[in-house]
Amino acid sequence: MMRIVHRWAGLVLAALLVFTALGGAALSIFPALESVQTRQPDRELTVADLAARVQTAHPGLEQIRREPSGRISAWWFEGDNPGSAVIDPATGRELANADPDLVRRWITNLHRSLFLGDGGRVAVAAGAMAMLLLSLSGAFLVARRTGGWRHWFGPLRDSGARRVHTELARIAVLGLTLSSATALWMSAETFEFIVFDEVGPAAPAAVSGRSGLALAEMEALRAVSVAELRELSFPAPDDPEDVFTLTTDRGAGHVDQGTGLLLGWRDAGLTQRVSETIYLLHTGQGAALLGLLLGLLALSVPALAVTGLMVWLSARRDRPRLAPNAPAAQAETILLVGSEGGSTWGFAATLAQALRDAGQSVHVASMANFRSAVHRRARRFLILAATYGEGDAPATAKGFLERLRNLKEVPQAPVAVLGFGDRTFPAFCAFAHAVEDAARARGWSLLMPLDTIDRQSSQDFARWGRRLGEVLGIPLELSHVPKLPPLEALTLLERRDYGATVQVPMSILRFAIPRASLWQRVSGRGFQRFEPGDLLGIVPEGSTVPRLYSLASGSRDGFIEIVVRRQAGGLASGQLTRLEAGQTVQGFLRRHPGFHARGSRAPLILIGAGTGVGPLAGFIRSNRPRRPIHLFFGLRHPDADYLYRDELSHWRDDGRLDHLTVAASRADQPQYVQDAVREHAPRIVDAIRQGARVMVCGGREMARGVAEALSDILAPAGLTPAMLKAGGRYVEDIY
Amino acid sequence: MNKLASCLLLSSAIALSGPVAARPVMLTATLKNYGGDGAYLALYLTDANGDYVRTLWVAGKKSKYHKHLTDWYRAAGSDRTRIDGITGASVGAGRNLEVTVDLADALFDAGYALNLDAAAEDMPESPRDVSVPLTTSGAGKTVAGRRYVASFRYGP
Repeated sequence: MMRIVHRWAGLVLAALLVFTALGGAALSIFPALESVQTRQPDRELTVADLAARVQTAHPGLEQIRREPSGRISAWWFEGDNPGSAVIDPATGRELANADPDLVRRWITNLHRSLFLGDGGRVAVAAGAMAMLLLSLSGAFLVARRTGGWRHWFGPLRDSGARRVHTELARIAVLGLTLSSATALWMSAETFEFIVFDEVGPAAPAAVSGRSGLALAEMEALRAVSVAELRELSFPAPDDPEDVFTLTTDRGAGHVDQGTGLLLGWRDAGLTQRVSETIYLLHTGQGAALLGLLLGLLALSVPALAVTGLMVWLSARRDRPRLAPNAPAAQAETILLVGSEGGSTWGFAATLAQALRDAGQSVHVASMANFRSAVHRRARRFLILAATYGEGDAPATAKGFLERLRNLKEVPQAPVAVLGFGDRTFPAFCAFAHAVEDAARARGWSLLMPLDTIDRQSSQDFARWGRRLGEVLGIPLELSHVPKLPPLEALTLLERRDYGATVQVPMSILRFAIPRASLWQRVSGRGFQRFEPGDLLGIVPEGSTVPRLYSLASGSRDGFIEIVVRRQAGGLASGQLTRLEAGQTVQGFLRRHPGFHARGSRAPLILIGAGTGVGPLAGFIRSNRPRRPIHLFFGLRHPDADYLYRDELSHWRDDGRLDHLTVAASRADQPQYVQDAVREHAPRIVDAIRQGARVMVCGGREMARGVAEALSDILAPAGLTPAMLKAGGRYVEDIY
Repeated sequence: MNKLASCLLLSSAIALSGPVAARPVMLTATLKNYGGDGAYLALYLTDANGDYVRTLWVAGKKSKYHKHLTDWYRAAGSDRTRIDGITGASVGAGRNLEVTVDLADALFDAGYALNLDAAAEDMPESPRDVSVPLTTSGAGKTVAGRRYVASFRYGP
């Protein structure tokens, strides 16, 4: 629901919102400029003194006005000629022209009515309404993505346009909400949906009829400081019955020109104060810094519009064809998908199509949108769930477990859970298990026991499909080929070989970055932008299933680099390690923002062994800001498999690498990398106290050993790896 | 003229303002190039004592800005809610306002005056930018306004 509101409000009104936001940002500069240019009057200065000063220079004085910025303007007549100026309150001298700034007027009119009169005002008000809806729905979406309101600034797993969109939004949303809500209020006042009958001070019942009292002698004007003045209007010349009208922050009243006494006063009412406060919040007039801040935040709107559009376009491109999706309330089979990268949607689409071919009506939805009450005709629920990290909910299943646990009534129709994951990870299909456990705990009957799909295996999926078909009593043949991103030919530039003497042949392979197509340039897809820690997918000849390698370089380095260990009988590693310069392989880029070094001044503790040093070397290579990095590198023998030996020594010399600790397991004094970690406990604890981030890359055994070592050395400091993980300060890339 | 007489005259003028005793009068105000946004104007009639009689025309429809037409706003009081049908758009700098109103013959040469209050956003209010006696001999003659109005005339 939130997503639909957000998408359509954004798409339909993007251009208008960009216009008004830019106008608003431009306008925010004026109050600030005015504030800077204005010398604030002495707090002791009274309105009587100021008026007398100005009147000395301009006897035909008609009005003095003080802007919220403190700027004081005066208007007068010299004979029949009107004159005006900005006044220096200290001297009464003229400082500048008081005429309205033409540029400012022009932008103001564009901003509030697009030069289209009331029609334009309605359009702008509609824009403000859309902006408010976008801000509120967007805030809910951010909270859902980061895992709740308390984790508003929690780490994001997105990349590309979606990431930029979310990052900008979570900074700007408060300002945009304030600006759009106040804009709506002001529109409502303009169109008189909100009406204040502002009653001015009552007309004076009796005036003295005298005139000629010097301004400096007028008691009512001497009692008011210039700091609270808004406006002083003079009586018409030659009309002794007329009066001064004095408006201050507190209210308004009349002053007798003969006696200088107050003739009537009315305090500003609550509604007027509310209205003025809203005006102040929207325009920044009287709160220039706030105004500038809001203006700055409004500048995010064009970027939000563009990235929002890109997110929508790429989601449209990537989404498998789910149509014809039966309505949620009509379908017999409800297919719920929890997907992180999108591949599970592909399986869901295949399953839905096969069920439809067998005569079923199927509704496919994300797990995050699960609303059991809606599915009135459901006869079964099928849940396809991937897992994120150590058993967390994937992106499209956020909040599912909580909702299931708090459900008033579980559905009558039974449920089956199918987990997707990678058996090489300890938390294989952990989220799917959690879902099934929660379903059991709530007494939701199971259609069939949980099954799992390892690494997008088409065979596993087909097998599960046949079992499901038996349960449903229909033949179900699922043939799913995972959809890969477009493959590109990568040409090998050079290779360096290591480890042959210790029977672990490894190679550092460096490929050229392929030329980008126009669409890739615009959308940022392909090998346009990548960082060390991202993944290179290689599809070996004779297979459709890709292998993923961590990148040891970023696009700024100008090449694609990976470290590959030749596995006995490995198809991909075999083909890769046989490549000669000039030959090509087919590959694609997969972003992996969870394992990026991230721009920050905090120290980095990098721990890796074997080929796992690849991305870590990439982080060091791209450490141009010279943030402190300590690398723990586990290898077999310095003479055999010391990957990046020369580079590491060079990087240490030029300051990119602070400390290097090498642990060699087959040297004279054998040591594993976790032993080296324990040895440097004080240094590590120190760095972590300074906010250091720990990044581990390598095999599962090594990662487990490192986690244990860290557990032990952090315990005295009252810290655990889990605490660091929760804050995004302990990340692993394990294979 | 004493107050009672003027009240009687006023009521008879209004009562008799039929086709027989009234005439259509065109009021024309030309604004200066004062360098701001469209001006709000109020045209209204006052009697020999300077007291408000009735509103003839208001240029500018947003009532939240009407308070800036200061003299008219104060004098018209609750009468401001009865300006339906005698309001129009605000008038841009350098532009003309032309309205035709029915004025009873009895209002001429009887001390009544036509008044125009003006105001524009971010500029000073100008009550009685024009204040001109309503006389038979003054009809058709052009007078200058103060801050916003370059010239004003009334006549058939």
